[in-house]
Amino acid sequence: MTIVAEFTIQRRQILDANAVLVAPLPRFAADIGEIVKMYAAMTRVRVFDAKAVNLQRTGQLGTYPSSLGHEATHVGIGAAMQPEDVLAPVYREYGTQLWRGVTMREILAYWGGDERGNDFAGPRHDFAWCVPIATQALHAAGAAMAFKLRREPRCALAYIGDGGTSEGAFYEALNLAGARALPVVFVIVNNGWAISVPVAHQTNAQTLAQKAVAAGIPGIQVDGNDVLAVRHVVGEALQTARRGGGPTLIEALTYRLSDHTTADDASRYRAEAEVKAAWAIEPMLRLREYITRAGAWSDDRESALLQECSHEVDAAVSEYLSGEPQSTDAMFDTLFAQLPDHLHAQRATARRYAAKRGGASS
Amino acid sequence: MVEAISMAQAWELEHDAAVVVLGQDVGANGGVFRATAGLQARFGADRVQDTPLAEATIAGMSVGMATHGLKPVAEIQFMGFIYPALDQIINHMSRMRYRTRGRLTCPVVIRTPHGGGIHAPEHHSESMETLLCHIPGLRVVCPSTPARAYGLLLAAIRDPDPVMFLEPVRLYRAVRQEVPDDGRALPLDRCFVLRTGVDVTLVTWGAMTLETLRAAAELEGEGVTADVIDLATLSPIDADTILDSVAKTGRLVIVHEAARNVGLGAEIAAIVAEHALYDLQAPIQRVAGYDTIMPLFRLEHDYIPSARRIIDAVRVTLAAP
Repeated sequence: MTIVAEFTIQRRQILDANAVLVAPLPRFAADIGEIVKMYAAMTRVRVFDAKAVNLQRTGQLGTYPSSLGHEATHVGIGAAMQPEDVLAPVYREYGTQLWRGVTMREILAYWGGDERGNDFAGPRHDFAWCVPIATQALHAAGAAMAFKLRREPRCALAYIGDGGTSEGAFYEALNLAGARALPVVFVIVNNGWAISVPVAHQTNAQTLAQKAVAAGIPGIQVDGNDVLAVRHVVGEALQTARRGGGPTLIEALTYRLSDHTTADDASRYRAEAEVKAAWAIEPMLRLREYITRAGAWSDDRESALLQECSHEVDAAVSEYLSGEPQSTDAMFDTLFAQLPDHLHAQRATARRYAAKRGGASS
Repeated sequence: MVEAISMAQAWELEHDAAVVVLGQDVGANGGVFRATAGLQARFGADRVQDTPLAEATIAGMSVGMATHGLKPVAEIQFMGFIYPALDQIINHMSRMRYRTRGRLTCPVVIRTPHGGGIHAPEHHSESMETLLCHIPGLRVVCPSTPARAYGLLLAAIRDPDPVMFLEPVRLYRAVRQEVPDDGRALPLDRCFVLRTGVDVTLVTWGAMTLETLRAAAELEGEGVTADVIDLATLSPIDADTILDSVAKTGRLVIVHEAARNVGLGAEIAAIVAEHALYDLQAPIQRVAGYDTIMPLFRLEHDYIPSARRIIDAVRVTLAAP
């Protein structure tokens, strides 16, 4: 017998749940200001997220998937990416998107049932939210192919959920990216649950990172609640990809502290004790403690930050709520570069019925 | 309606040891719409299985299970996510009996929510029945009341061939009706006549039965009476019921939520043109979704045909010389 292949999977962590440094600080972390900036971004998205859930509860937003608990993964990735890179999100990575310039108003518009939310004023080249599971992994590979063919030093980064790793499109993307050494990084956000189905029910594999092995690309786990480790590991993978070294699969271990969406009730299938345990290792506490110990944070700065975030969120909410609704023309106007004749007639019909009712419904 | 769907599955799980319910979140969670609520607790995790998050897996596994003695009742969580399953449905499930000359068969039911109107997110509100109706070897069913959902789902599960069972999301909780849990199936080859009249035939299905009945009630106030036909089984179509009605009324309006272009309305219009052209006193009218993407929810009610649009289409047929 000859062993022809073996694999190991590393798990990386820098700041543990007790706010103890368990690995050397990466270069970006030499400036405590950089860490404070990430902490502020994590706070910003958490404040936004709580408000969005509240808007849904009060009938002012549609079904909304909360990002509660994912802040370190999302912000760490935002900070690791370059503006010219391309993000292929799933649908709850607001921390990355806000970092990259997507606005709160756009996020609210999308989940408020308005297509204009997908028309980002900020990162024009980023993909829109992607509800059909795992399909975005191939889009990221395709974008990476474009960068490679044009010899641009850019990368694509695709998010995928733990449940998404069961879809064929996920494996197909890894396989192609490996075979063509594409400049793409795949990040599995393993938050434990695909709606009601736990990871152990998706796969018998010990880790999701090892899904990389069959594609012949590196796979690595990172503590997804440790923003320093996430930024560092993703940054390394992006650098490798940018230099022509090919793709990496990263599994970020975190926890979905919320329901799947506001339409879900996780208490039907998930033990309260598990959620409680997850709160003890959530990403904000350790980081706050770390920057406080480093003398870079205080209760005063915390309350000032919270107030600043609330003001920003409130302003975005009132913009969202007072915005002009789309007319029914919006159903037709961006369907084709040039609207075919028969759709002109349908557009006119839709206008006529909206007018009879006194404007488009909202 | 959602309780009726759960009840029908429970009946078949209870009475047929070959039935297995599978899908995403159908187990402990009881389905995102609660259509399998309590089934896993009652029948165990072998008979009511959560699958990995993969639609091709659900359909392909169902083919394997069905060809080997089980009767899978699979849930695709939303119709907008059915596409990865279509390869298995089109290339295997629908033609297994045909290509093996009856040696292997696929008694599978695929249940999936259908249509919009509940403020759901993107890709959660489509009406793609035409895709399925175009596939030879499939039956496609779309109930419009709790009782019909119960009886038709029983029939679908008992059918020896694959049945796509489309559940209008707007009706899951909209209509309440006492449904006796008596295990009595309804026929899969008949339309249901919901209301009778003499002036016009209105053919529709699923959630659009609500708007169509509303339109018919309003028209009656103006002295115009309509046959309202719930197609119920979308493929194959019960042409006889429609043709009989058109022979009586001479006017036909077809109403569906799905886009107009190559929609099922075109097929019904063609059947009537082929068999009953000389019965018609006016051109056939279609009231359908527009030929664009089902919009996000702010505009969904501008997309979905309204009773107003149906009434106007009926008036067009009445105004014809």
